Amino acid sequence: MDQSVGGKPLVHVRNVSKHFGDGETRVDALRDVSLEVHPGEVVALLGPSGSGKTTFLNVIGCIVEPSTGWVSLDGEIVYDDGHWLRSDLRKLRLEKVGFIFQFHNLLPFLNSTDNVAVVLSLAGYDTAESKRRAIELLDYLEVGHRKDAMPANLSGGEAQRVAIARALANRPRIILADEPTAALDSQRAGIVMDLLRKVAVEQEAAILAVTHDEKIFDRFDRIFHLRDGRLDDQNT
Amino acid sequence: MNLAYRDIRHNLGRFLLTCFGLSLLLGVVLSMIGIYRGLVEDALTLVRTPVVDVWVVESGTRGPFAESSRIPGDTREAIARLQGVSAAGSVTYQSVETLYGAKKLRLYVAGYEPGRPGGPDRISTGRPIGRSHYEMVADKRTGLSLGSRVELGRDTFIVVGMTDDQVSSGGDPVIYITLKDSQQLQFELAPPAARREIARGTGPGDTDTINAVVARVSPNVSPESVAEAARRWKHLAAMSQAEQELILTRSVVERARKQIGLFTALLLIVSAVIIALILYTMTMDKLREIATLKLIGAPDRTIVGLILQQALAMGTIGFGFGALLITTIKDYFPRRVVLQPEDGLALAAAVILVCVLSSALGVRLALKVDPATALGS
Ligand SMILES: Nc1ncnc2c1ncn2[C@@H]1O[C@H](COP(=O)(O)OP(=O)(O)OP(=O)(O)O)[C@@H](O)[C@H]1O
Ligand SMILES: [Mg+2]
Repeated sequence: MDQSVGGKPLVHVRNVSKHFGDGETRVDALRDVSLEVHPGEVVALLGPSGSGKTTFLNVIGCIVEPSTGWVSLDGEIVYDDGHWLRSDLRKLRLEKVGFIFQFHNLLPFLNSTDNVAVVLSLAGYDTAESKRRAIELLDYLEVGHRKDAMPANLSGGEAQRVAIARALANRPRIILADEPTAALDSQRAGIVMDLLRKVAVEQEAAILAVTHDEKIFDRFDRIFHLRDGRLDDQNT
Repeated sequence: MNLAYRDIRHNLGRFLLTCFGLSLLLGVVLSMIGIYRGLVEDALTLVRTPVVDVWVVESGTRGPFAESSRIPGDTREAIARLQGVSAAGSVTYQSVETLYGAKKLRLYVAGYEPGRPGGPDRISTGRPIGRSHYEMVADKRTGLSLGSRVELGRDTFIVVGMTDDQVSSGGDPVIYITLKDSQQLQFELAPPAARREIARGTGPGDTDTINAVVARVSPNVSPESVAEAARRWKHLAAMSQAEQELILTRSVVERARKQIGLFTALLLIVSAVIIALILYTMTMDKLREIATLKLIGAPDRTIVGLILQQALAMGTIGFGFGALLITTIKDYFPRRVVLQPEDGLALAAAVILVCVLSSALGVRLALKVDPATALGS
């Protein structure tokens, strides 16, 4: 364990299992997985396709309900053996979790700026402030020149960077990223990872990223492998 | 940031097309209501025109519009002498068909005694009938104009005045001629038939027959008491103006009213189903976006607002276009289309209600959608 960061873990998962379907069609996506991620940590999740990486992120992001286990985010127990302990999971997400999806999922009817600003306006910022911060983030991610473009007209890499800006907009303390650099060239992938690292340090955030990208392995504090729903810690 | 508006703007063409389709549908609903109102209005113009209080007709009938009624020509004098009657006039009504130039003309001929109740209440151009023979006042819907000459029966009439919007309950435009002329037209037999009557020894038919007597009563006299007095003659029946109007709306236009009413109700149901379907598919098409919104933490309020606002926008614009459309083309309908603001408002309210109710279906779908569905490719 990386002991350089102390205190309570931001993400704490204990003995979580998740299966889809039953009987013949049963798929065990996660089997008895436990994990702690502390503030300031940048953690990678590796594994072959279908090994349960996305499912794991979704469990942490309270999008997928586990079958059994225990989940705590930022010191608050959100799931305990069969029950969500919070009814407003979306509010929890809005406040604490930033998602960077495997597929960018921008809202097709909003331009780049508003795709980022929408999170801020949901969080209660006024329009002008939302836009200002959105543009700032887009500039930071080097897509400021595409701030008025609609998602359909963005390249894969541009769309991904807008999506990252959206995930960071509300300064979440937990950032879950599903292959955030898959659509980027190695230079931009490096920039994005540096940025995430900076966010981790400055905002004392925990970052959990799924990746296949060997070029960026050195940017992570820890790397976990998922195989058939089981997690093993590679480098402690 | 208004998501409903942004989404509409992004798919503006499609949204407007949908609104346009809906507006056609709502336009049809509105015109059905207008046609119904027009029908009732048309049926009533004829009874309202003479501005009278009492109608005296043949006993056992509900004439002169709903049933045929024949009474002797001297009835008018008897009625005029009744206590409380201030004026009375003899009237006849009949449908005729004639040629005007090469055009076939269907007319509803009202005969009255100039100077007595029963004539047109308002002449828009020209003058009322001045001579006792061969002059007529015609409605502008006949297509005739001042000075036109029209053959009726064996005589030629000249148009001296015009009225607006005077039609029979069947939709035929009304013309007014003197009672004498109309009696000749209605009751006088053609020469061969007349010769036959004479040969049989019954003599030429008595042409001093009329269809009804209309009477005005003095202020402070109830029409009902006058009708009561008139009924004492065994061969007469009498009714107040209100009863006459009721007979017309009830019996003459009742079937058409039911027909149109049922059709309007069906159209409304069809519209409701279509609106519900449109809103449902509109939501279906947005499920991914809705799931994304949930993922980034949007509350239900935002999502319900998105769907409801779009539903209301569609309803309002659809209704607005529809109303505009019908107001523009209503005068091209062969029969009168009467658009009353209260009917428009009632339909607008119904549309809004339908929109809200049908968006409930979409809202249910949207609220059930799993945010994880936004994660698929
Ligand atoms: N909603 C679902 N219903 C049924 N099975 C599911 C569902 N989601 C995931 N699975 C199954 O769970 C397993 C893990 O899926 P998951 O998406 O987590 O894999 P992954 O590691 O993210 O794969 P990839 O690298 O291809 O994205 C797979 O076998 C998948 O088919
Ligand atoms: Mg995945």
